[in-house]
Amino acid sequence: MTSRTPIIPQNLKLLVEERIHDDGLRGNIRRATHTSLGKRAAVVEDFPRWEEMRTTAHDIKKHVMDNLAHYLELFERQATEAGAQVHFARDAKEASSIVCGLAREHGERVIVKSKSMATEEIHLNPALQQSGLRVLETDLGEYIVQLAEEPPSHITAPALHKSRGEIGRLFSEQLGIPYTDDPEELTAIARRVLREEFLQADVGISGVNFGLAESGTICIVENEGNARLSTTLPKVHIAVMGIEKLLPDAESLGLFLNMLGRSATGQRITCYTSLITGPKRSTEPDGPEQLHIVLLDNGRSTMHADPKLREALYCIRCGACMNICPVYQKVGGHGYGSVYSGPIGSVVTPVFMGEQAAHDLPFASSLCGACADICPVRIDIHHHLLDWRHRMVEGQDGPLLERIAMRLFTFTALSALRFDLAGRLARLFAPFLKHSAGGMRLPVWSETREFPNLPEKSFKQLWKEDRERS
Amino acid sequence: MNMVRVLERTGADVRYDAKQTCCGQPAFNTGYHDESRDMALHFLDIFDGDGSDYIVAPSGSCVTMVKVFYGSLLELPEEYREKAERVRSRVHEFTSFLVDVLGKNSVGAEFHGRVTVHDSCHALRELRIREQPRLLLRNVKGLELVEMDAADVCCGFGGTFAVKHASVSTAMTEEKVESILRSGADVVTGVDSSCLMNISGMLKRRGSAVRCMHIADILGGSGS
Ligand code: SF4
Repeated sequence: MTSRTPIIPQNLKLLVEERIHDDGLRGNIRRATHTSLGKRAAVVEDFPRWEEMRTTAHDIKKHVMDNLAHYLELFERQATEAGAQVHFARDAKEASSIVCGLAREHGERVIVKSKSMATEEIHLNPALQQSGLRVLETDLGEYIVQLAEEPPSHITAPALHKSRGEIGRLFSEQLGIPYTDDPEELTAIARRVLREEFLQADVGISGVNFGLAESGTICIVENEGNARLSTTLPKVHIAVMGIEKLLPDAESLGLFLNMLGRSATGQRITCYTSLITGPKRSTEPDGPEQLHIVLLDNGRSTMHADPKLREALYCIRCGACMNICPVYQKVGGHGYGSVYSGPIGSVVTPVFMGEQAAHDLPFASSLCGACADICPVRIDIHHHLLDWRHRMVEGQDGPLLERIAMRLFTFTALSALRFDLAGRLARLFAPFLKHSAGGMRLPVWSETREFPNLPEKSFKQLWKEDRERS
Repeated sequence: MNMVRVLERTGADVRYDAKQTCCGQPAFNTGYHDESRDMALHFLDIFDGDGSDYIVAPSGSCVTMVKVFYGSLLELPEEYREKAERVRSRVHEFTSFLVDVLGKNSVGAEFHGRVTVHDSCHALRELRIREQPRLLLRNVKGLELVEMDAADVCCGFGGTFAVKHASVSTAMTEEKVESILRSGADVVTGVDSSCLMNISGMLKRRGSAVRCMHIADILGGSGS
């Protein structure tokens, strides 16, 4: 039950085709994303100066990223001072082996995990299982996808693609209980199963939403209390944190908690906000004896060194860009074939998976820009996609036919004479492409849409005639 | 020609340089910057110092290319930077030119029908054009303006996206068409022909009587 389909780079078109005609799936995604968007819109209205807050959040992230070395050192120093053990991991493999090593050392029974995209990124669960450890996701959504042996399909709502009925059937099959699709009952069932496991667990693994450099504190937000349990009950807590999660101090945290909760789930504040500074102190009755913080690079310093891509590190993983994205709404997170899906996923995945594997992702967008408009830290997401398209074409030369077409079009467009001639030729030959409904027949396009007939005269001709008349 | 008619009605002296071709947006959008740059330089050579005060285009998308992408996302050679700067400040999308530059809310047009506006992405999010076309339409005699739900959601065209990811694009256009049909409008308009061509393509395939018209054809057309 605990294995997960690992994500392998696949043919993007195939992934999309498997999903796009699934009306049930599309309905689930549509309902979930629209609910989140509706709630978000309502709570954003609390702040007449929301747009300025976005700018401030952007500026703070920019400041931190422009001074990353300083803040990383400060964070490490302060966290160590507070009793945490800080590890640096260059890539996914290193991070996963650090965590597995720690888990093997301290974990005998079960490892509980709270929701974390960073651990998805380093493919931690399969690695832990290979080490012979039992790992249990404790966030309800994560628990659901773990039962279904699927990766999460959304960074804040992992099981967003599933309907209540599907979850009910899954629970009934996997847990051997009578079918119910009542959300409250399902939650209660999951809670019962998980509570038992919490008491058994000797290691808890979590992600980190924000790392406060000033005090070496990690901040985790959630709604179910499972992260708090995962980080306090077991005797060892391992937190995996991307190096971009840093904020200067507790003062800036206030703004970011507002931005994150509101943008992600439309909540004024999430139900639980845990601030963890070091492990249990000698004066405290409970809490973990050890706190390990694994700082994860995995391509982030490559992004950091790139003046354009650096901005992608401002992301606070709220998922709003996915919710609003018309492409995401149609295909869902699994349609992208990458850990991080949606608009920002297509910006960071070429770094995480390599340009070759992620080659199609930046092209799977109509570039409408709704993502950039909703992003709480003002990342120009669609412009980054444009930039990636250029890099991909430059690096891999693009499909041959497309390249020839672009060259030919450019050659034509560089001379008004040729452009004119091409127009005339097109008009001359267009009648041969005629389609019954009175439009032209074009490959691909005409499968679902008509293509208009070319106008009989070009603007140039009309203009000439008009001026001759007057 | 309808844009020319409207502009002339405002008293503008309209010129047209037949040497112009394309701003380079299709190549740029697909990642082909070298090709796009060649076209951009051609564009700048023609329009810089051509003696006109403004450059007006009936397309939010082409205007975005020149106004937003030239010299920023599309790198230009040193000697073209100033040219680009000058041209950028002179180029305007048609409705924005009427409303924001000329200060006109009405162009004395007449049109009989229920009209709804589709917000084209480039115009809306790169140029912040939303109210301008609505303002002009509200002042057209005989025209009833109705709003569709999700007017600001992409129609799914996206240039080569419509072919590279045809099924996703189609699904997006389907939703757009459903919004339009729900609105009860008999005409859908906008500031970009490419979106309208896409929307119209599906409306026609479905045998719908709803027509797509560029806003210039409403403001400068024959009235129905
Ligand atoms: S890119 Fe912006 S909107 Fe998307 S997840 Fe990151 S912070 Fe949220």
